[in-house]
Amino acid sequence: MKTEYLIIGNSITGVSCLEAIREVDNKGKIIVVSDEKILNYSRPLISYYLGKKLSKEKMAFRNKDFYEENKVELLLDTQAEKIDVAEKEVHLDSGEKLKFQKLLISTGGKPVIPPIEGLNKSREGVFTFTKFQDAREIEDYLQANDITKAVVLGAGLIGLKCTEGLLKRGLKVSLVELADRILANTFDRKASSILEEALQAEGCQVIKEDTIIRIDSSRGAIKKVVLRKGKDIPTNLLIIAIGVRPNLNLVKDTSINYDKGIVVDDHLQTNIQDIYAAGDVAQGKDLLTQKTSLMAIWPVASHQGKVAGLNMAGKPTKYFGSFIMNSVELAGIPTISFGITNPPAEAKNLETLSKTDEDRGSYRKIVLRQNKMVGAIFLGKIERAGIFSQLIKDKIDVSSFKKDLLSDEFGLLVLPTEYRKHLVQGEGIEV
Amino acid sequence: MAKAKKLSEFRVERDEEKCIKCQVCVRMCANDVHTYDPETDTVRADSFKCVGCHFCEDLCPTAAITIEYNPTQTKENAHWKRESIYDIVKQARTGGILLTGMGNDQAYKNYFDHLVLNASQVTNPSIDPLREPMELRIHLGRKPDKIDCRLQMTEEGRKKYQIRTRIPPQLELEVPILFTAMSFGSISLNACKSLAKAACKFGTYWNTGEGGLHRDLYPYAHRAIVQVASGRFGVNEEYLERAAAIEIKIGQGAKPGIGGHLPGEKVSEEISHTRMIPIGTDALSPAPHHDIYSIEDLKQLIFALKEATRYTKPVGVKIAAVHNVAPIASGIVRAGADFVAIDGIRGGTGAAPTIIRNNVGIPIELAIAAVDQRLREEGIRNQVSLIAAGGFRSSADVTKGIALGADAVYIGTAALIALGCHVCQKCYTGKCNWGIATQDPYLTKRLNPEIGAEHAGNLLRAWSLEIKEMMGGMGINVIDSLRGNREQLRALGLNEVELRLLGLKHAGEAW
Amino acid sequence: MLKNSMRAKRIIIREEYCMGCRLCEVYCITQHSKSKDIMKCYRGEEPRPVSRIYFEEKGPISFALQCRHCDDAPCLYACLTGAMYKDKKTGRILHNADKCVGCWMCIMVCPYGVIRPDFEKKKIASKCDLCVEAEFPACVEHCPNEAIILVDEEGNRMKKD
Repeated sequence: MKTEYLIIGNSITGVSCLEAIREVDNKGKIIVVSDEKILNYSRPLISYYLGKKLSKEKMAFRNKDFYEENKVELLLDTQAEKIDVAEKEVHLDSGEKLKFQKLLISTGGKPVIPPIEGLNKSREGVFTFTKFQDAREIEDYLQANDITKAVVLGAGLIGLKCTEGLLKRGLKVSLVELADRILANTFDRKASSILEEALQAEGCQVIKEDTIIRIDSSRGAIKKVVLRKGKDIPTNLLIIAIGVRPNLNLVKDTSINYDKGIVVDDHLQTNIQDIYAAGDVAQGKDLLTQKTSLMAIWPVASHQGKVAGLNMAGKPTKYFGSFIMNSVELAGIPTISFGITNPPAEAKNLETLSKTDEDRGSYRKIVLRQNKMVGAIFLGKIERAGIFSQLIKDKIDVSSFKKDLLSDEFGLLVLPTEYRKHLVQGEGIEV
Repeated sequence: MAKAKKLSEFRVERDEEKCIKCQVCVRMCANDVHTYDPETDTVRADSFKCVGCHFCEDLCPTAAITIEYNPTQTKENAHWKRESIYDIVKQARTGGILLTGMGNDQAYKNYFDHLVLNASQVTNPSIDPLREPMELRIHLGRKPDKIDCRLQMTEEGRKKYQIRTRIPPQLELEVPILFTAMSFGSISLNACKSLAKAACKFGTYWNTGEGGLHRDLYPYAHRAIVQVASGRFGVNEEYLERAAAIEIKIGQGAKPGIGGHLPGEKVSEEISHTRMIPIGTDALSPAPHHDIYSIEDLKQLIFALKEATRYTKPVGVKIAAVHNVAPIASGIVRAGADFVAIDGIRGGTGAAPTIIRNNVGIPIELAIAAVDQRLREEGIRNQVSLIAAGGFRSSADVTKGIALGADAVYIGTAALIALGCHVCQKCYTGKCNWGIATQDPYLTKRLNPEIGAEHAGNLLRAWSLEIKEMMGGMGINVIDSLRGNREQLRALGLNEVELRLLGLKHAGEAW
Repeated sequence: MLKNSMRAKRIIIREEYCMGCRLCEVYCITQHSKSKDIMKCYRGEEPRPVSRIYFEEKGPISFALQCRHCDDAPCLYACLTGAMYKDKKTGRILHNADKCVGCWMCIMVCPYGVIRPDFEKKKIASKCDLCVEAEFPACVEHCPNEAIILVDEEGNRMKKD
């Protein structure tokens, strides 16, 4: 079988890619290969499913007519097993070989499973939490068993969203985190502690600077976890959520370059012509460091997908890079964070501004490098946070309005007149 | 009683059934009439502060607000009117001269309201302006006594007329209505822009007043009459060069014999720059020009200005209509003015002592007739164009003014009403809610000059159409034929002296 | 062809003419209320919709800001659920409240800060839709000083009637 465009992965990157291709090329054949069984769904929403906030149907980020409208052939439940770079073809698990002219690898990430003693023996009751299938299995497990307590390993984004889903279902959760705080990658100690308190109030036990070293099971089902500091926690449910890493299976034995993720250029092309990579699997440009790094977040995935798609369809488009950002609501507290939020004490060139408003339950922090924003935390009150993302992206010198950065009235009006007019009266911004 | 309540001229009525507490009125009133009380969730009004500009009423989305005269019945009689009583109370408390804005509001006889126009019936045909050309174009400037015109044969053997007389500089107007002098300072830059734009679009002229020419108004300067007044504010080479014509301001109808005073707080950076005076200093225009104590002195200034502009622009003189207006006008013509502007007792102002505004000067109708008559008698009417000003309210007033003898008419108040003015007469406070008579940046932005220009232009258009209709009815198709054509006017209820002064027959008298 | 980058009509802000009356907000709220009647909306309708306009004021400068309907809108990239979408016919960036879960990703990326969390309703994002249900945006129609005007896809000013 032959196709002009082949996309491996049907999450947001793949979908954005095919949308972008269709903006330029209405005819070229597109095939999307997905190892999932369902049409499409938003992975970050699986915690909402677990928490019974969303039905299965509502997890789709594109409707069912989408593929037909875009004239895309979608191969569900299909595993791409090998890329033959020389022949420009992909081998599927069905044995079929798909020839392509342009290929996008958007295979995303896969959960990291740490070496824990006893893990292999107790498969029942231990889950990861990245795919809909995971949520589904946990759901089935909860339905089949009388579970009241759970342990979540890892207090990163996934672990916390999972914790929240479980809390919503009335479970007691013990959250185990190796770092000294939750969401260590995106938050500082202050922001984390506010969230920890709120989580504890909702029935979550937060255990920090510790990890699970052993799992005890009986007849293959988990019974208890043992922590490094010696504590035992009896449980019938363990979620392992210490992180994801790029899913590099497909490129491992090929000439496609990879580092932590697949290395891509400014047009999201790999070292092999006509083969592109985007999303969580790719290692793209970081706007704040100007180096490449992994940035497994949704907006970057969808943006990279689009840029890759445009390039694949023959409209040269540069990817200018992005920076890490997150919007998470935990225990009823909305938070948004950008870039560098917890500068090490020795970083002399970084300046930090912060403000806590106990009454309104808000905390704000701004990190500056030579009067230009490189990071921020918004906790409690998140309105208008996006303006800051643009300040970071546009590398705006904030010295003239530094005192207003933390003000409750912060808005476009505090920005320098020229920049404000450019923003407000311009033709609309470029992503 | 030392602490009596203030006098409230208006009453702010709020229909609580309709008020949605959106607080638009609270945000908009420059006089702080409306306030919102979050404790009781009510919007209240302090009627004492209301000036009756109706801005809140116009903006209220549910028409919940009505501004009405305070119906409280101050005991008044035929002699002691409410205003007199209030004025005395105010002066008893302040000990100062009472100030006011806009034109004379006293119930003097309004001659326009006693004049009626003629129309053709049977013996001469009327003209339908929709079907036949009708010309409102006029030229302002000195006209030669006679034209030396020679017939010549061209080389191809065709006849060609050549005008040998040097024609003095003229202003060409598509409509015999100009925007009168209102300075940037007395009104906002947006108000100036509105009028200047409209004048350019419609083919007439606007007047800078004694406010200088702000650089934002340069695009409209080719249709600007610039003033040289007793304070000489803003007068420099560029000012004269950019202008279409120059007007020496001797007096103003609202305050004959009185100078001007722009308080220092209004002298912002922009005004300071335009008027060429330091920021925050009072801009004082002396009552007289200190270099003009006679017609001869005036002549020197007229020719100095003509010389400075190499005789390319008309130079005129503006005076207030006073008792001696006719001989003064004659002197001005003989001093070399290309046009004379006469401002009657109803002429407006940004600020004037009430007592002066209300009591000094004569009505413009009488002044036009007197000046026109005098200049004709002296045989110098052709040497000057006569612009009448002071209280022209409608196209009928304009038409009557021209029939009485004016070449053109200056409008001020009417133009400002087109921009939003509600004639509350509080221009002198600088708190004009409509963004006209103010320099407060919170308020000036309320006048969008695009809208202002459109409205002022619409007014000119509407009046032109009406003038054409009236002319057509009289069987006149060129406005020049109406000028001084007093047979087209008849008076209603005027006495012998008035008829003589106006040079009119009474209604009912045939030609 | 499905044009994701199609332009929408736009509301242009002319801050030099904004009087700060905030009537735009009053009419925005009314237009997005159940009754669309100013009296009913303000006198009794619960919950009253939130304004989709961000009104900013500092000294004499003020303006009413609403969604710019970007050609290449960051909120579209950020939306987890597909609730935020570009209307293929009009180019408008619209928001499907039924799909929204209130993850606030759109708020995180909107460079104008014009998407508002509607905590009152059911935690969904709320933004300008250029008054899809009316023929003309209510804020533009009712701005007394034309401080906000509507331009078409080519940038030509549009006036009602």
